[in-house]
Amino acid sequence: MGLDFSIVPKYMDIILLGVGWTVGITFAAALLSFVGGVLFAVTALYAPWIVRQPFRLIEWVFMGTPLLLQLFLIYFGLVQIGIDLPAFVAGIIGLGLHFAVYNSELIQTAILAVDKGQMEAARTLGLSRGQALRKVVVPQAVRAVIPPIGNNMIALLKDSALVSVIGVSELTLSAQRVIGKTYRPFEFYIVAAAFYYVINLCMEWVQRKIERRISISR
Amino acid sequence: MSDPKQFVEIRHAQKSFGDLEVLKDISLTVERGQIVGIIGSSGSGKSTLLRAINDLDPLTGGEVWLDGTQVNKKLPHRQYEAHINAMRQQVGMVFQHFNLFPHMTARENVIMAPMLLKGISREEADRLAEEQLDKVGMLERIDYYPTQLSGGQKQRVAIARALAMKPKLMLFDEATSALDPELVEEVNLVMKKLAEEDMTMIIVTHEMDFAASVCDRVLFMDQGVVVEEGPPSVLFKTPTQDRTRAFLRKHLEGAA
Repeated sequence: MGLDFSIVPKYMDIILLGVGWTVGITFAAALLSFVGGVLFAVTALYAPWIVRQPFRLIEWVFMGTPLLLQLFLIYFGLVQIGIDLPAFVAGIIGLGLHFAVYNSELIQTAILAVDKGQMEAARTLGLSRGQALRKVVVPQAVRAVIPPIGNNMIALLKDSALVSVIGVSELTLSAQRVIGKTYRPFEFYIVAAAFYYVINLCMEWVQRKIERRISISR
Repeated sequence: MSDPKQFVEIRHAQKSFGDLEVLKDISLTVERGQIVGIIGSSGSGKSTLLRAINDLDPLTGGEVWLDGTQVNKKLPHRQYEAHINAMRQQVGMVFQHFNLFPHMTARENVIMAPMLLKGISREEADRLAEEQLDKVGMLERIDYYPTQLSGGQKQRVAIARALAMKPKLMLFDEATSALDPELVEEVNLVMKKLAEEDMTMIIVTHEMDFAASVCDRVLFMDQGVVVEEGPPSVLFKTPTQDRTRAFLRKHLEGAA
């Protein structure tokens, strides 16, 4: 049985729906990982000891265990304590928190690298520490970490394939379903790979746009 | 409690970093509208004293009063934060390294705090930014980022930023020390203009000529104490203390 890509257009609607889910889940999880990353970073650096502890536990769980296991835990495990999440929501939360922990590490380093004079100048104007962080320190830190966070987001896109195991019909699972019908694994895995690559290129383009828009030229 | 004439009053200020005592029982008063210069070699405690006035470097002992209110009063943490933020709004500070916010334009640097803390509208804020930046001669660069400005221009924007909060008192911590010599004058001119507007100013400086020309009083500090103080005409011409003479000899020779 040779290769035959002429069969691909017939199943394009299923593949494109999968692309839609992958893009949607990646985007939502990326947003969550970014907001969560800032929140985790600020908490880790500035919150009182007692507040830091639950966050440290979350960090430890999400950094020290496989993402696949985390997805199982969120989707199948939480049901037992009465939290029944739709699969795609469980996927977004799992991916989002997993990468939030990695983003948090980057943002913490960047916050500590912001010159101390910045905080002093803001405090001198009468801003509280929280206001100074929000208006002065964090925005500068975030600008500095956009390139490494961009790398994390590309890893997130690739790891979004894992949510197929909890039944979200994203790109990888869609390809598998089509393959189940057609017995054409090579063609459809290649098609899926091509779409991942295109999404990847789009993300890099967006990242460059953001960088150019808000970077501080030095 | 506090004499209303004494606008700024420092009583028995003491500050230690571990075993190192950097301020040793300093008392000082500044009247409204007065311009006080603080000179001394590095490590003399002059910056620490200045930074104690708005509690940026909290004192280990003694009191700081501004316009009848104690700045460093003992309060529970939360109340103290609210109190100190309110006090700091009344005290402008200019730093040696400008500390402009690099992610904001000159305009945004100026309006950020007034908009956030005084709740003024965007229109009012824009007017405020134009007014303050015009005052320091930076209106033309209002939408420039700090990286697009020279050191002198940055410092002028930093002064405008401090003035936008309408402070009662301005503190200058070696405002021109980090500048190339040819950029010092533009900043000095702005400070002189402020002096003419009767702003109360405390100026830590290395520039004896500037201190002599704008200050009503000059303090010479050494090893955590005020060695000698007086009007510049007296302190610079006929210092009574050996340490003052030694310091001035070194610095005035350098200038001449």
